[in-house]
Amino acid sequence: MNDIMRPATEWELKSMMMALAERSIPVEVLGSGSKRGIGRPVLAPVALTTGAMRGISLYEPAELVMSARAGTPLSQIEVELASRGQMLPFEPIDLGFALGTNTSLQTIGAVFAANLSGSRRIAVGAARDFLLGVRGVNGHAEIFKSGGRVMKNVTGYDVARGLSGSWGTLAVFSEVTFKVLPLPDDVATLVYPDLTDDLAVELMSAAIAQPYEVSGTVHLSAGLATRLKHKGLAKEARSLTAIRLENFTRSISYRKQKLRELLSAYGAPLDLGLESSLEFWNEARRLSFFPPNGTHLWRISTTPSMAASLVGSVRRHMRVEAFYDWSGGLIWLETPATADAGSADIRRAVATHGGHATLIRADEPVRRSVEVFQPLGSAVDRITRGIKHAFDPMRLLNPGRMYATV
Amino acid sequence: MSIELPLADADIVARRDEIARDLAAICGADAVISDEDGRRAFETDALTAYKRMPLAVVLPSTTEEVADVLHYAKANGIRVVPRGAGTSLCGGALPLEDAIVVGVSKMNRVLEVDFHNRFARVEAGITNLAISAAVSPQGFFYAPDPSSQLACTLAGNIAMNSGGAHCLKYGVTTNNVLGVKLVTMDGEIVEIGGPHLDAEGYDLLALIVGSEGQFGIVTEATVRILRAAEGARPMMIGFESSAKAGICVARIIASGIIPVAIEFMDKPAIEVCEAFAKAGYPTNVEALLIIEVEGSEQEIADRLAYIASIAHELNPLALVVSASEEQSAKIWKGRKSAFGAIGRLSDYYCMDGTIPLAHLPHVLEQIAEICRGHGLRVANIFHAGDGNLHPLVMYDANNPSEALKAEAAGAEILKLCVSVGGCLSGEHGVGIEKRDLMTTQFTDDDLAVQLRIKSVFDPDWLLNCGKVFPLDAVERAMAAQARASEGQADPAEAA
Repeated sequence: MNDIMRPATEWELKSMMMALAERSIPVEVLGSGSKRGIGRPVLAPVALTTGAMRGISLYEPAELVMSARAGTPLSQIEVELASRGQMLPFEPIDLGFALGTNTSLQTIGAVFAANLSGSRRIAVGAARDFLLGVRGVNGHAEIFKSGGRVMKNVTGYDVARGLSGSWGTLAVFSEVTFKVLPLPDDVATLVYPDLTDDLAVELMSAAIAQPYEVSGTVHLSAGLATRLKHKGLAKEARSLTAIRLENFTRSISYRKQKLRELLSAYGAPLDLGLESSLEFWNEARRLSFFPPNGTHLWRISTTPSMAASLVGSVRRHMRVEAFYDWSGGLIWLETPATADAGSADIRRAVATHGGHATLIRADEPVRRSVEVFQPLGSAVDRITRGIKHAFDPMRLLNPGRMYATV
Repeated sequence: MSIELPLADADIVARRDEIARDLAAICGADAVISDEDGRRAFETDALTAYKRMPLAVVLPSTTEEVADVLHYAKANGIRVVPRGAGTSLCGGALPLEDAIVVGVSKMNRVLEVDFHNRFARVEAGITNLAISAAVSPQGFFYAPDPSSQLACTLAGNIAMNSGGAHCLKYGVTTNNVLGVKLVTMDGEIVEIGGPHLDAEGYDLLALIVGSEGQFGIVTEATVRILRAAEGARPMMIGFESSAKAGICVARIIASGIIPVAIEFMDKPAIEVCEAFAKAGYPTNVEALLIIEVEGSEQEIADRLAYIASIAHELNPLALVVSASEEQSAKIWKGRKSAFGAIGRLSDYYCMDGTIPLAHLPHVLEQIAEICRGHGLRVANIFHAGDGNLHPLVMYDANNPSEALKAEAAGAEILKLCVSVGGCLSGEHGVGIEKRDLMTTQFTDDDLAVQLRIKSVFDPDWLLNCGKVFPLDAVERAMAAQARASEGQADPAEAA
């Protein structure tokens, strides 16, 4: 890596892209670089960071909307929102601890470029669901925008949302505009100890299917629960299944009681109040129980009812620790440090159970030798290459990061 | 009316009988409509000012039949116009004289409902309301609820990324679709996403939802179903001015409460709807808000009281909380039948711009001014929580000069929406109606990005052509595409 380009404005970004395009020089696109270790290694002689394009350009609390330059640190956004009693509803997961990188600099552009959502995703939607508009520069070195600042917008194709989760392979964002929501007044958590994975998924699915607006359902294997730093739960040494309620205090006490009654067959839960809940869900959001200890980490999306069986079938081949989020619809799986990160067994399990898997944490040689993102079917692969060609015909932007041909 | 449509290819029109026979060989004679009377039923959609007799209409029963029809159309260079129920307000389903209309209305089955994993898999010709009906006995519902939900199909909702009154809380179509089966113009059947969350790879679902039938025909979809709240209740708050109603909406949202719906009606709309539905709307007010909240009895009471306390600071002229299921149904019936009620009085042109809420009073004044300037009346009904306006510009369709004035007023209103930071369409789509205004919202480069995506799915531009983009922009894009493919082979084709 020789150079890091740091455009401070959209026009600078455009002129740098023009210079790269003229000489067909591929570029590694970065925010703060905290997620640089995710994906296939990018072979590019230069890197470009959005880190110098920062600042909140619009915030209208009464309209639930904010715009920020792509390189604005997430922490700055969250502080600003909290000062007006608001939040990013999709609760972006923070991978910094698990990846052993500096988390405090994670940028808002990267949150959307990677479509990072946390536990509240199951109740309110993913990062992409809250993305209203983007501005950016594509591989043609064109400045373009899509979407806008209003909640409802079907003017033209939804290119903004289409760019979420594209990991910088289609365009470099210069600005993102997104919907925000009020912070809840109060938070409570019911924690059911010692359930098997099967029962935990059943419990979580039952909880989310009630009319009580459960806003988080997670299950930690016993091995992960012992790694918690949470004062009340760290000593449990049993699996933990947590159900979160967020609302006005009076609603929470009513809903909590209703859920306790409905879920009484699963045992007596621990009842976490506001502070204790915040501490627990903050750990979940930071994946604090997956320290960078040389193991690999997978992120698997499947249907909840398939989750326990999927993990069970991988467990037959290797020792794993599983963190279930989204009622089991999302599995974070820690696998031993092997040359292929357990890829063959995991891909096979995903193929039989449905869904997709992404290798989130692995050393570069591993990421060079196995597919990091879920391999695509032939028709989707062809469309994917077509989309790449439409945005970046010379394959300048993060070439190969998601797929070898993209 | 003034919108230009692509010229028909006379050679293709002359081959109508042969093409109808070929379609009958694919889907069966029962599924093909080629006689003049039969085709006339499809000559327009809910933008009734525009009519074009289709070349032929085919109503396939299976995804494979759709695939065979599209494969045939592509091989023969014949344009295709996809159609759901034909309820588009922007001409999204308007036929062309040299195009086969492919309707999905026969494909309307519920294929799978999974309450445990909270999804339903349905054929895309199912009506919006039928999805909720299929899951409501278990207390679930499908969230997007366009006013036409009794008739409109999920396929059309997906094409237009439809919204509805309750999307303030639950989102629009794109937030509620997990997967689709898409038939491309090549006749290939592509599965994208599924019952799990967040499909792998690029977010192709985001591109397909809202692509106005220009990327392919969606024949099946997996949608998110949600458990309904314990109860819901609307309240009505009337003000002496639209400005005060706008302030009230902003204060409610800023206070930390997100109601399920906040609907706004101005005096002309209130009067018409009240006369039609006897909903009990106060008629002594200039602006009426219908605000609905959800939860248990106690939660509903708490939230409504909180909203009432905000409203009281603004001295409302009326504040009525629904006291019964029956009254709630009436309040919503008045709102949901608004378009029909106004349609009984006058032809109207329904606009769909969205604006940042802070500009509401200014924009409403300007809308009134614009319509006055053209000698036309206007009624305003809209989703206030998200700034999605629906000015209904009333005119006499039998008077050509008045129809042109209505179009001109509509265009000025939409330009106004864009000028204050909003957009041309919040939930109806662009279709033909707003096609030529796209350049007021987008630069050439913005449009180029979109046009290139269209070419990925349909390089020959056979699908729903003449919609969404100005015709000259499409011509330029196709010329650029031809130059590029001379210069280098498309890697998507080469591999």
